[in-house]
Amino acid sequence: MNRRPTMKRTLLLASGGAFLLAACASGPVSERPKVTSGDLDQVTAVLKRDFKERGQAKMDRVNLDEVQRTCNLHKDNPPASVAQRLEQAQLKAIPFPEGSLIGNWKAGEKIAQGGRGAMWSDKPGAAAGGSCYNCHQISPKEGNHGTIGPSLLGFGKTRGSGPDMQRYAYGKIYNAKAYSLCSHMPRLGHSGTLTPQQIKDLVALLLDPASPVNQ
Amino acid sequence: MKRTTMWTAVSAAGLALALAPALAQESPFAKYQQMTAEGSPVELFELVGEELWTKPQGPKNVSLEKCDLGMGPGVLKGAYAAMPRYFKDTDRVEDLETRLLHCMTTLQGRSPEEATQRLFGNADKPSEMEYLSAYIAGHSRGMDVSPGMSHPKEKASFELGKKLFFHRAGAWDFSCASCHGEQHKRIRMSALPVLSDPKQAGPIVATWPAYRVSNSQFKTMQWRINDCYRQMRMPEPKFASEATVAMNMYLTVTGRGFPYSGPGTKR
Repeated sequence: MNRRPTMKRTLLLASGGAFLLAACASGPVSERPKVTSGDLDQVTAVLKRDFKERGQAKMDRVNLDEVQRTCNLHKDNPPASVAQRLEQAQLKAIPFPEGSLIGNWKAGEKIAQGGRGAMWSDKPGAAAGGSCYNCHQISPKEGNHGTIGPSLLGFGKTRGSGPDMQRYAYGKIYNAKAYSLCSHMPRLGHSGTLTPQQIKDLVALLLDPASPVNQ
Repeated sequence: MKRTTMWTAVSAAGLALALAPALAQESPFAKYQQMTAEGSPVELFELVGEELWTKPQGPKNVSLEKCDLGMGPGVLKGAYAAMPRYFKDTDRVEDLETRLLHCMTTLQGRSPEEATQRLFGNADKPSEMEYLSAYIAGHSRGMDVSPGMSHPKEKASFELGKKLFFHRAGAWDFSCASCHGEQHKRIRMSALPVLSDPKQAGPIVATWPAYRVSNSQFKTMQWRINDCYRQMRMPEPKFASEATVAMNMYLTVTGRGFPYSGPGTKR
């Protein structure tokens, strides 16, 4: 075995900073390339050739809808007029339930914790999670949260929990692209990942004055 | 047996940690990484990989010892650090696992179906690919990561990989850059390297394939790419496909120049 001394390995791993300085990496950060409609078609054709359906992840998932196509074409920064038109179309397609949109925050907390759903490894039809904590701080009791999205701590406390805010929170979870076209956030209702009741429970987690989010 | 080895090694590492506070003053993650590196059973994977490399198999009952990984038949030293690269005999760009598959089906005469029957193993039973990857990658330690960048097909592979990296699609509208595109972000408590940044991609490609302590499994780059696409809610990439090799090529070219120090140990 041509293993190098353990001590050296330890030093390399423990002092990541020095490791970086010592190495002579080569180029600048690669920018997201400007792509044309033709490029997108080429990539989609590659995906169709080189990917295969598995479980609930069918091949139709590689087809781009207008939102995805627009965001890819404009590197997530489309002209305002284009973005507004598509956001409005996405908003119009959200089926808002009648009445209160506030469900049960305790159920919402469980959904926010859950990271399964819509993957080929997930049982089709099984209740999905929202993967919310993967990216957001939500309840102050959960320290194990990601940082890709903004902190939602005190969400209802600072914004209120009236009908307009309920509608906004419901709509944002159902289809984040209706509010910010190229948002990183998945369209959890639109994609069929979460049910209307689950989204109401998440709205409760954010808005209910009794939710730990608002304590 | 494996688990016992792990725990013994981890305890020993804990002791070493206590004796070396200067090394442990970084984040808890650095400490953890250090401990896991000390307790890594990577060498065991390399040993089994060596057995598989020299074991006659398939209809032709020959070993892989004449497999040409780019440096000539049977030459292991530095071969992994120079991949992915263009291979004249197949007229395509291949990464390590793609090339191994080629050798299994040509040298050993095995059918693609049989050779790809069990690509990704588990804690109880790692796969042949995983053992072989550990063994072969180990022969590149200390050598700079320098994938092929001159042949037109190597350049095309890099360009395709770059497009794929930023391409948003799937049920959740994700691209690779959704998670690996912004500085200082985490999923839960896991720090996310920005893989379009050479300084961050470098240490990553210099340590795959790798042993994952959290699930006691040895994982290859083909698996890493596969599992990202699973979590992106996409369909499954075909093993050794042009797309997976292109993704590997993009990451490896971006992070080139670091000395290979794997197979690594991850959380």
